[in-house]
Amino acid sequence: MTRTMTKLAPFIFLLLALGLWQAAVWIGNVPSYVMPGPVAIATAFFKARWALGAGLLSTLAVTVSALLASTILGVVLALAMAASPLFRAAVQPWAVMLQVTPVVAIAPLIIIWVGQPFLALVACAMVVSFFAILSNTAAGLAGTPAELLDLFKLNGARRWQVLLHLSLPYALPFFLTGLRLAGTLALVGAVVAEFVAGSGGFASGLAWEIIEASYRLEIPRMFAALFLLGATGVAIYASLGALERLILTRRDGP
Amino acid sequence: MITLRHVAKQFGSGTKALEDIDAEIQTGDFVALLGPSGCGKSTLLRLLSGLEHPSSGEIDWGHDGPPAPGEIGYVFQDPTLLPWADAAENVYLPLRLRGVSRAAAMPRVSAILKQMGLAGFEQAKPKSLSGGMKMRVSIARALVSKPSLLLLDEPFAALDEFTRHRLQDDLLALWRENRMTVIFVTHSIYEAAYLASQIIIMTSRPGRIFTTITSDLQDEAQRRNSPAYHATVSQITECFQRSVPA
Repeated sequence: MTRTMTKLAPFIFLLLALGLWQAAVWIGNVPSYVMPGPVAIATAFFKARWALGAGLLSTLAVTVSALLASTILGVVLALAMAASPLFRAAVQPWAVMLQVTPVVAIAPLIIIWVGQPFLALVACAMVVSFFAILSNTAAGLAGTPAELLDLFKLNGARRWQVLLHLSLPYALPFFLTGLRLAGTLALVGAVVAEFVAGSGGFASGLAWEIIEASYRLEIPRMFAALFLLGATGVAIYASLGALERLILTRRDGP
Repeated sequence: MITLRHVAKQFGSGTKALEDIDAEIQTGDFVALLGPSGCGKSTLLRLLSGLEHPSSGEIDWGHDGPPAPGEIGYVFQDPTLLPWADAAENVYLPLRLRGVSRAAAMPRVSAILKQMGLAGFEQAKPKSLSGGMKMRVSIARALVSKPSLLLLDEPFAALDEFTRHRLQDDLLALWRENRMTVIFVTHSIYEAAYLASQIIIMTSRPGRIFTTITSDLQDEAQRRNSPAYHATVSQITECFQRSVPA
């Protein structure tokens, strides 16, 4: 078993699965509005490529904006929680509560409150994603090794020196893990919010592509949008993972 | 001279870590705090560092007063290096915290790294260093500010025997050269006998000083098979046998 084989294995499996799928659809003569085969989906994807591309761009804009906003909010809250145990005690339960409430349930409220549709979508995606950054960064800040804190204390370090030269760099790997998780969560939040907003009359993003295709019973197009969404999620996760590795190897050595 | 009078330490939970500690530590001595796990020797070291304060009793620093930041070098059981900083940056840290510029500090940093046998490793990140080398960087970091008091908390416990022997010899050489006061926590009888000129033997629950042994091994050629070394080892072993109530 060579390394190349291991790397190729998922793609060979995919080809096999697609082949079996297409064969089953042909042999069983399944109509495409019930279960389209890969060929029908690929054709639909090609036909609708501009609309799907525009939908993807719109969803990505929401995801990226939400991820940036989550990063700022999550890091600021984590710093405040690390600085003040009282603040932590006051805020933590509500942050958890916001996290465990399904975004579908809050999205209609947010869309009513935040009048501007784009901002409303970003707000929903943020609700889903900021907790990953907050909790990971807070764990990193709280986990600064006691011995290093002692060392800083013995050398008369001030609070800002401890933060700048110890706690923040120590928390960086934790933050990057949080960022990677938040990336895919922001995508999930954006799509859910688009579904809610779409049924309320505001059409945008990949979710709307899926809704519209289902209204018209264009099942192959639905699948095409779905696959695009899945691929986008994987791409976000992989690129944030690569960013994490790049930053940490550059900083801590290979 | 540091004088401890009736020093006791009790933690919030009510656990008595140390009770009735009386000791005198001469300036420039190499002192070993020797005892089993849980005898409070690390707590005693923390009291001496000023990181903790005694619940009762007093620590008298003599006419010099308690040490200022930078006058204490502290080496932990783990090397505790900053993983993102290279060896030179790690050693520079104590000086950096006290506002010494990098340009002013680097000659001293390079010199101490060289003295610890790490010339050429200035730019190496901790990840690429072996356990023994990391501990050398950690000792260099403790010594960079030329402390008058060097505190070490079981620094070599996690190293292999060969590396430990080399580091013990290097530490002795550094001490002979600089003559700072060294307080060395260990649970190894052999290590205490080999290194220290004064060995404080502690017993546990609550932590007390059982007895103090002085050793004049230092002025001989340091041989691990010298009769004086073996005599000290047996003397300590005998003390521990007496310290356990029958």
